[in-house]
Amino acid sequence: MKKYFAVFRIRFINALQYRAAALAGMATQFAWGFMEIFAFAAFYRANPDAFPMEFSQTVSYIWMQQAFLALFMMWFWEHDIAASITEGGIAYEMVRPVDLYGRWFCQASANRLARTALRCAPILIVAFIVPEPYKMALPPNAEQLFLFLLSAMLALGVVIAFSILMYISLFYTLSTTGVRIIAAVLSDFLAGGVIPLPFFPEPIRAVAEILPFAAMQNMPLRIYGGNIAGTDALAGIILQIFWLVALLLAGRFLMARALKKVIVQGG
Amino acid sequence: MRLYMKFFAMHLKSQMQYKTSFFLTALGQFLVSFTTLLGVYFMFSRFNIVEDFAFEQTLLCFAVVLMAFSMAEMLGRGFDLFPRMISNGEFDRALVRPRNVIFQVLAAKMDFTRFGRLIQTIAVFCYAIPTSGVIWTFDKILTLCLMVACGSLIFFGLFLIYAAFSFFTIEGLEFMNVFTDGGREFGRYPFSVYGKNVLMFLTFVIPLALFQYYPLLYLLDREQSAFFMVTPLIGLVFLLPCYGFFQIGLRRYKSTGS
Repeated sequence: MKKYFAVFRIRFINALQYRAAALAGMATQFAWGFMEIFAFAAFYRANPDAFPMEFSQTVSYIWMQQAFLALFMMWFWEHDIAASITEGGIAYEMVRPVDLYGRWFCQASANRLARTALRCAPILIVAFIVPEPYKMALPPNAEQLFLFLLSAMLALGVVIAFSILMYISLFYTLSTTGVRIIAAVLSDFLAGGVIPLPFFPEPIRAVAEILPFAAMQNMPLRIYGGNIAGTDALAGIILQIFWLVALLLAGRFLMARALKKVIVQGG
Repeated sequence: MRLYMKFFAMHLKSQMQYKTSFFLTALGQFLVSFTTLLGVYFMFSRFNIVEDFAFEQTLLCFAVVLMAFSMAEMLGRGFDLFPRMISNGEFDRALVRPRNVIFQVLAAKMDFTRFGRLIQTIAVFCYAIPTSGVIWTFDKILTLCLMVACGSLIFFGLFLIYAAFSFFTIEGLEFMNVFTDGGREFGRYPFSVYGKNVLMFLTFVIPLALFQYYPLLYLLDREQSAFFMVTPLIGLVFLLPCYGFFQIGLRRYKSTGS
């Protein structure tokens, strides 16, 4: 456990170094969040009855999405991990007495958490002080907040477990530019990254809600605003646990297979 | 110009060497915009109309902006690499060559995987042009062409600013993405959707609305005056400060060494 914690700490401190980049990124996300909210507001004015969630819930959804972008977006890619496979560094990793899957998992979660830690607080503060109706609301009650935190952790786990599957595919393909974009785009869309899942038309929505992608940002962001509450939230969290375990097992199994006949690249 | 065509052919050939990777990346690019399109479609299947614009009319916006952007990006990709050119000192080499600097930056890199997006915009145009309810007279067709052509020049100007910033900061500025990538993403709806303030900003500061919202009103016969037809041309004035800013940056450029 201690060695995982060390990996985690190194990565965390490392990622905290890029403060100017974080500042520029935050400004971008503000503008982005506002534009998204303006667009949804226009649709809300067009027909409030057709709006599938409360407007304030949508606003919270978008602000939380911007604040926790680095935590849940499939786009972020661990270049170190990918490089270790395509350039042969994996050989060193394999002789170390550390389980590789666990190490990758720690590395990825530390990077994501550090980036988020840098960015989320200022975004949240501003989101709380902008005027109504663009202001972010607090969760309806303490219980919901607790469920949100739990669900956010599970979502992070699912996102990382899924992205590790993509790294494993590198053992076979070596080049991922195409595959990576395709997987990232589809999963972000199905996780509610473009528009929240409640805005999907009915039959598609029903399917999307049970896919592993629904266990990513979709779940915590909707639990936060109270769009999913009570027993539904519990059911959602159970779904998240199910997908997390399934993806972890699949990842470990595939990784063991890949490592059995790994070809070390480079020289 | 002949030299540019040579570079064009060279980049095209070199990218065609890795066909699988090339087509997968192009497919990925296609999907990026396709999910945006799906999002628009889902929203409209629920709401039908937003700010007096129907789905097909919004699609015209979507296609104009996306086509303008992908053309600008395909040829202006060199600006993306510009920060790196500056920070590794490669830019010094460009300065001593007897050619225009901007030309050399452009020729350094072209990205044809963007054609995935281009195909999509053509498909969207094929659907939206007959269904949008516009009566396509000669002046309407001319307006549409102006929208796309001037649009890509304006995006080009934004790329130029992005590059010019790196004279001062050595690194690319993520914030510029709000105007480039953001312009592409949010241009999917007519800019009036985002409210008055945003529309004013996009008219007088970063003139994205000049080639999207105003000429669209002309296409839909909501404004009769020919002024709305030529707004894209007015937007081209924006290129002057872009170019000026680049020149200022160039003048105070200090090499970072190699």
